[in-house]
Amino acid sequence: MVGQAVGRWRIYSVILASVARAMLPLLLVFSLFLLWRGHNEPGGGFTGGLVAAAGFALYAMAFQPRSVRRVIRVDLRTLMGAGLLCAAAAGVIGMAQNKPFMTGVWISWQGPEGIAVEIGTPFLFDVGVYLVVFSVTLSIILSKAEER
Amino acid sequence: MEPLIAVTAIFALALLAPQTSRLLAHRAGWLLSLLPFGLFAWMASLSPAVNADPPKWNQPWVPEIGLNLAFRLDGLALLFGLLITGIGGLVLVYAGEYMKGDPRAGRLLSFLLFFMGSMLGVVLADNLILLFVFWELTSVSSFLLIGFNSDEEGSRRGAIQALVVTGGGGLALLAGLVWMGQAAQTYEISNLPSLAGHPAYAGLFALVAIGCFTKSAQFPFHFWLPNAMKAPTPVSAYLHSATMVKAGVYLLARLSPTLGGTQIWEVTLTAVGGATMVVGGGLALIQYDLKRILAYTTVAALGTLVLALGIGGEKAAGAAMAFLLAHALYKGALFLVAGAVDHGTGTRDIRALSGLARQMPITGFAALLAGLSMLGVAPMGFLAKEMAFEAALSSPLAAVQAGALSLAAVAFAWVAFVVGWRIFRGTPSQPDAHEGSPGLWLGPMVLGLLGVGLGCAPAWLEGFVGSAAANSVMPDYQGHWSLWHGFNLALGLGVGCIVLGLVGARASERAVAWGAERKAVVGCERAYDAAIAGANRLAETFTSLVQSGRLRVYLQTTIGTTLVLLAAAMLRWTPDFPNRPFDVRPHEVLLLIAMLAGVIGAAHSKSRLSAVVILGVVGFGVALTYVLLGAPDLAMTQIAVEILTVILFVLTFIHLPKFQRASTLPTRLGDAAVATVFGAAMGFLCLVASEQRYGEPVSAYFVENSYPLAHGRNIVNVILVDFRGLDTMGEITVLALAGLGVVALWSAKRSGGGASTR
Repeated sequence: MVGQAVGRWRIYSVILASVARAMLPLLLVFSLFLLWRGHNEPGGGFTGGLVAAAGFALYAMAFQPRSVRRVIRVDLRTLMGAGLLCAAAAGVIGMAQNKPFMTGVWISWQGPEGIAVEIGTPFLFDVGVYLVVFSVTLSIILSKAEER
Repeated sequence: MEPLIAVTAIFALALLAPQTSRLLAHRAGWLLSLLPFGLFAWMASLSPAVNADPPKWNQPWVPEIGLNLAFRLDGLALLFGLLITGIGGLVLVYAGEYMKGDPRAGRLLSFLLFFMGSMLGVVLADNLILLFVFWELTSVSSFLLIGFNSDEEGSRRGAIQALVVTGGGGLALLAGLVWMGQAAQTYEISNLPSLAGHPAYAGLFALVAIGCFTKSAQFPFHFWLPNAMKAPTPVSAYLHSATMVKAGVYLLARLSPTLGGTQIWEVTLTAVGGATMVVGGGLALIQYDLKRILAYTTVAALGTLVLALGIGGEKAAGAAMAFLLAHALYKGALFLVAGAVDHGTGTRDIRALSGLARQMPITGFAALLAGLSMLGVAPMGFLAKEMAFEAALSSPLAAVQAGALSLAAVAFAWVAFVVGWRIFRGTPSQPDAHEGSPGLWLGPMVLGLLGVGLGCAPAWLEGFVGSAAANSVMPDYQGHWSLWHGFNLALGLGVGCIVLGLVGARASERAVAWGAERKAVVGCERAYDAAIAGANRLAETFTSLVQSGRLRVYLQTTIGTTLVLLAAAMLRWTPDFPNRPFDVRPHEVLLLIAMLAGVIGAAHSKSRLSAVVILGVVGFGVALTYVLLGAPDLAMTQIAVEILTVILFVLTFIHLPKFQRASTLPTRLGDAAVATVFGAAMGFLCLVASEQRYGEPVSAYFVENSYPLAHGRNIVNVILVDFRGLDTMGEITVLALAGLGVVALWSAKRSGGGASTR
């Protein structure tokens, strides 16, 4: 029966555990990749955060929800706050230059052989979105999974 | 912008307080108090400037609505600022020691600093709206502090009651302030003209007065203050006696030049202040809890201040300022003494306390000093009382005002005798009583000594801050502060009240016993309870009316309402249909068929899990549609959401009973009809919406400027984090709050309905 198979998420399964353990770092790297490229290519903080949350959700199914909390170390509520703080900080930085709230500030670096790196406050803002989406999604899933 | 920096620095310190507390344990208060003491010194050093020409600061914030970061340090602001930072510093030291060993000490210190910054903002603000912002922050911090022991029912009740009463008054105040700003054509407080003759005067005065009376616990709103005594004692000393509850008095004093001098003002403030004095003073006599005794005398003292402001004129302005200072010093000290006694003996019941002077000599001495000031014998208290009586006697409503003052003075003398003398004399009743650490007696001692010392130098005090403060209330103040005014009626009344109070205090035990028998809630609080209960009943009735608790009904209501509104719009409007040929490619048709199959399959599936999985086909079909239409960002998000939804469904299903088909065929056919009609309507809407163009679409601007202005080639992302960043900010804030709510509800359920969020 399907229902019983679903109930097995608590039970140790070698295959699922191995897959989850291998997939978690891959998904995390992929989510960071999405976050980083978001400004120019498809991706961004929202998608990245969801992918990272999905990675940990897989981990929670293979092991215990508790193990995910242990792996993350930081309290998810702290991450939510940190995300909002990042987004707010990104908005405030522009004000230091006497520009309106949320004005983007950019710094660019011209490296050798045409390498150019541009980074600005919108990226910090996106990091905030990433953190909030990730921590909210994951904490909803985890607290649901911990329900008895 | 020194004031802005000062306020911001205090808020920043509030964030650091928990860490500091973790590092330094109960000594954290000493370190944290350096900032308020530093600000105290800074403001004190500005006293000559304040007396000459009050410094002002101004920076635009939202100039379109007249909201500027405008600050001004005049005499009134200086007096309050010194009290807020000075008493605040002492309370931080005290609170650290008081909470010794309690893991929540850092939180208490943090909340206290949060309040300190807000209150300093209230008194420094020179803009009506800015003042209101800080005003509300003090209500919020007061709520957090009263409800600090959130596992106690009484504490939660007191916190909510205080928030409802002061927050409700705050709403009236906001309306009053905006109205005032419109009437005066300026929101800058120092530029407000007198509105005494303005046609809207009565209305805006009433609104502002309600805000001030609720905040300063005036009759009939006084009941929240004694209930706020559920807060830890340092909080009661600081917020609910020395500073926050005086915010209403502050605003009345601040607006005296604008709204004062009329008959409405004089009668209203006299009536409300007088009633408050009598009610507060009377109820103080029959309490047995030290803190409630002090709370009711605080109510009476706040009434005295309102009355004094109502009298108007030079003498009253000076009296109000002197009494404000005297009261903050002696009442702050007495509250801290009450906390030390509680700490040293474990009880605050005066029926069980006596002979403490032997075991707690330093605290006892501080209590004696403060008590003498409250009695009106020690210089500061004497000075204030003399000035108040003289002001009252010289006013047209002398009989009422001096009468109310006398009654309050009798009550003060009575209570001063009980809390400053009687519990410390006689045979010790508490064998385990002991003196606290220096942090616990430093505060009351300093405040008690100041209550004596400052009064000894009335001329210096007047020149330092008194005259300037009275000047803010009564422009061109020319008063003269001195201790000895000769033998006159005021002196006679003062002495008479002291004698009466001391004689009456002999009956204290009987009065307390009488009061202890009567648990009856006062009428005003009963009215409050009835209002809250009525609101709850209304909400319950309404909820049971519209919330059936059945998902099908909710969906049908939502969909039905949408369809009706849509149909209503259709009746009056003939849409244009797209008349270009549809370019449908084979794989799009295949996708459509797959999605349709998913829909039908989901509706026919015999288990919940298979329904969700089959529905996933539709979700992924939508994602694929996004890809085909050139929106990879949306597609990726859709896929991630799809996966997470399945996970959530699965986690929910394991708690549900086995799936059963309970609905009959007609019901199912009806549902199918609703779904089909709704789907068709939405499709139709999409079709015609693509043809409706009012003006240029904004997307052209985004496409054009995405890279030049926002340094990004992914327009979707640029819109999210830059062009429409503020929207996203709001969305993630809502998301985080919703997430916290969901987690809290689930964990509350897990821990058996408790309030814990862990």
